[in-house]
Amino acid sequence: MKQQNILSQVKNLTFREILYNNEVRAFFFQVATLLLIFGLFYTIIGNLFDNIEARGIHTGFSFLKNRAGFDILPFLGNYLQEYTPESSNLTVFYVGLINTLVVALVGIIVTTFLGLFIGIARLSNNYLVAKLAGGYIELFRNIPVLLQIFFWYNIFINIFPHPKKSFSFFDVAFLNQRGLYLPKPILESGFSLVIIAFVVGIILTVFMKRYFNKKHDETGVHTSTLGYSTLLIFGLPAVFFLLLGSPLHFDIAVLGKFNLKGGMQIVPEFIALTFALSVYTATYIAEAIRSGIEAVDKGQKEAAAAIGLTQTQSLKLIVLPQALRVAIPPTINQYLNLTKNSSLATAIGYPELMSAFGGTVLNQVGQAVEILGMAMLVYLFISLCISLLLNFVNKRMAIPER
Amino acid sequence: MAINELQPTRKPPIFQIGAILWLRTNLISSWTNGLLTFASLYLLYIVIPPLLDWMFLSANFNFGTVNILGFDIKFSEVMADNKNCGREAACWPFIYEKIYMFIYGFYPREEVWRPDVFYGLTALLIIVVRLVRNYKYKNKVILSMIVTYPIVSYILIAGGFGLLPVVETHQWGGLLLTLIIASVGILISFPIGVVLALGRQSELRVIKLFSTLFIEFIRGVPLITILFMASFVLPLFLESGTNFDKLLRALIAIALFQAAYFAEVVRGGLQAIPKGQYEAADAIGLSYFQKNALIILPQALKISIPNIVGSSISLFKDTTLVLIIGLMDMLAMVNMTSNDPYWLGRETEGFVFVTMVFWVILYSMSRYSRKLEIRFNTENKN
Amino acid sequence: METENNKSNIIEISELNKWYGDFHALKNINMNVKEGEIIVVCGPSGSGKSTLIRCVNFLEKFQEGNIVVSGIELTDDAQKIRKIRSEVAMVFQHFNLFPHLSIVDNLTLAPIWVHNETKEEAREKALKFLERVDISEQADKYPNQLSGGQQQRVAIARSLCTSPKIMLFDEPTSALDPEMISEVLDVMVELAKGGITMICVTHEMGFARKMANRIIFMDEGQIVEENDPINFFKNPESERLQLFLSQILTHDE
Repeated sequence: MKQQNILSQVKNLTFREILYNNEVRAFFFQVATLLLIFGLFYTIIGNLFDNIEARGIHTGFSFLKNRAGFDILPFLGNYLQEYTPESSNLTVFYVGLINTLVVALVGIIVTTFLGLFIGIARLSNNYLVAKLAGGYIELFRNIPVLLQIFFWYNIFINIFPHPKKSFSFFDVAFLNQRGLYLPKPILESGFSLVIIAFVVGIILTVFMKRYFNKKHDETGVHTSTLGYSTLLIFGLPAVFFLLLGSPLHFDIAVLGKFNLKGGMQIVPEFIALTFALSVYTATYIAEAIRSGIEAVDKGQKEAAAAIGLTQTQSLKLIVLPQALRVAIPPTINQYLNLTKNSSLATAIGYPELMSAFGGTVLNQVGQAVEILGMAMLVYLFISLCISLLLNFVNKRMAIPER
Repeated sequence: MAINELQPTRKPPIFQIGAILWLRTNLISSWTNGLLTFASLYLLYIVIPPLLDWMFLSANFNFGTVNILGFDIKFSEVMADNKNCGREAACWPFIYEKIYMFIYGFYPREEVWRPDVFYGLTALLIIVVRLVRNYKYKNKVILSMIVTYPIVSYILIAGGFGLLPVVETHQWGGLLLTLIIASVGILISFPIGVVLALGRQSELRVIKLFSTLFIEFIRGVPLITILFMASFVLPLFLESGTNFDKLLRALIAIALFQAAYFAEVVRGGLQAIPKGQYEAADAIGLSYFQKNALIILPQALKISIPNIVGSSISLFKDTTLVLIIGLMDMLAMVNMTSNDPYWLGRETEGFVFVTMVFWVILYSMSRYSRKLEIRFNTENKN
Repeated sequence: METENNKSNIIEISELNKWYGDFHALKNINMNVKEGEIIVVCGPSGSGKSTLIRCVNFLEKFQEGNIVVSGIELTDDAQKIRKIRSEVAMVFQHFNLFPHLSIVDNLTLAPIWVHNETKEEAREKALKFLERVDISEQADKYPNQLSGGQQQRVAIARSLCTSPKIMLFDEPTSALDPEMISEVLDVMVELAKGGITMICVTHEMGFARKMANRIIFMDEGQIVEENDPINFFKNPESERLQLFLSQILTHDE
């Protein structure tokens, strides 16, 4: 259509007029850019293949089937993916992926709580608390995150005791240089029913809340559902658990000749990485929460007070809905940053995606294009998901304007 | 009906004013508040004294005799070495011995005046920016400085051109390298970012598409992947046989990475400009380039300056990642020097030292950014 | 508690003193308001008029003196404050509507959550009051979609939903464009005629002249003069009031 327009316009113009016609110019400019970009790509890719041939680097994804041949640290995703040096490179990819997701998940949870706490503390009426929170933010925001990872790793390595003198928490969990040994849950046959009971508890809670909301609308009587919710969500599975004879055992680490055996080992690299990432990201989340709460106009709280709402009601109905609208988008953005920053595990050797797959495998196999390409695709996919989530959240929460 | 006689102005009741009031409202206004105060003080008590003790009180400052600015200052008889420098507190002589490497890397000592001049120029740049704040031609001054600074610095540090002896890039390290990467990174990525931002706003669909793709791609992946790309794949894009300087690869990666982030910042500024400005510029017949150069960009950039500084701060922090591809920035120096067999196990002192240096630099930058924000908010109120 | 003209004092303020830090903001305020009275408080900015009415519903705390509202003494007791706030409603200069709730939800919030009414009752009442301030067609819109005058009328309707005995107005028209002031004043006039007790801080002297039972002039934290409307404007006794009237009336008339 556009071309038809241009052509029909052009037909009746002199050459000079054609030269200055905006649409013609735009068209040619874009064509020129396309040619330039494709030309560039052509040269680059051409060189790429020439060089690859010359240096004897393989292409293609067949390397994924090859034996990995190296050891990696014990990692948390062991349930989902066994790993030995006999495993394939593709397995390394999966292991790296799982570890990235685990770090991201644990990091996000810890940083959210930490950031919430610091953000609210920042607004406290207590002078000391507010200043301490502010100091925390100023301190950890102005130190590069890689430095923080090294720093905590260094401290943990120096502070954690020798396995023979492990630090013990009530004899079920232990802490030493090799890591944190938590009791490893061993699920037995009946446990799946407990999980089902948990899910059923959640569904029942949803229905119960709806019922009580309806009752509130109709009679004006408000019943607090907190007690019932807790009972349903936790009590129901607990009952099933006991009835089925406690189908859950824990494998607690035991001190062997040189080292602890058994249990679920969480290596200090993981602890240092997740701790540093959480502490760092929490500074940004704290600021997001603070700006959210400050964004709520003082008059809102006054109006809420003036019509007789209690502090709790005012918080729940007026302040938080408005504060969260401002605080949630940057917080979700920080979750993405945390996930991307987990790639710094390369520096201390925790086997997440970049360090195990993008690091060791890359060094061994040398096919940088394929390997980095795969890794980048993973991160791009995660970014895309987060963007979609953000868009969805923004649309749902939008306050209608003129 | 009634008029009142003048009421006296009084001082508030005694327990309502001054230090006592402050204490009451801010620290102990209620039981919970008092508890919080107590908990905070306790937290400070268990963190600060041990830290101060480790860093200063029990630390080892036996530097031997030090020559500072021509004066011989005697800290101790002899400089401590790793054996008689305790383990329970900081051993600062380690830092003292290694400090040249932290600041200059492997730069040949006889040429050290050149990085020193570079540091001086950088400081001068900062001072001049502050001084000319109200000067009429400040934009011209700043612009000319921004153009000459890189050229002069490059000649100073790298040498060559028949002027100064050459110092290879693999000899650059420590704080010197960090500063070079940061400043080059900012200076190169900023114009690219502006072009990308304009591209993303463009009405030409092809330009807009590629700009958006580039920006979103870069922002979706961690910097480390881009660095690895530059490190491993970039050399393959060139004619075989070209030797691609390691530092140059890292600079390209960082510049492209940061350009995408600057592009978003500038785009925010562009979108903040009322549509009327674009329309007015079109109405008086300006071309695309004139419109942007004279009307749109000056306003957009001015609005975005606080965010630009913020993004630059992030860049500065990101320079530490080059250690992963083998460049010896300040952080890498810490790792390396603590592997010195003579001074084994002193990483903690190294980390603390480097943390302090980074913190001072970054905190100053963020203070400056906040001052700028306040200034722009008050200016824009009109 | 004296009773004159068989209407009792619904608000009694005695020896009220308030400080902001070192600054003596309210000096020895003594004021009694009878049920059904319409009081206008005026004065130069910084005179403490807003501070005064904000003390009445405890949005501001005071250090000395006594305030009794509807027989309840104002102290730092959460229960008492809540009780007082259900009898006293406030209309703010900047409306303070809740932007994330629809107009109707703005109105039904307090009845549902404070007075435990059912959703149906609350909604019916809300629509009735929206009708009364002539804005019922906007019921399902959101505050940011309305003009300033419309928002303020909604704010007034919101206060009425709690069936207050006393209404406080803190410069209700000062943030409005001139052409919207009259629509809000019309509503206030209609309310005044309905018999509710009103204390208005305002610069709208036309309203004061027409509707007030008493006009109070404040300056520098104290009540300087009070009078009925006719004598207030015709025979100002104090010098400060004379100065104030000369400044404010040259613009109005």
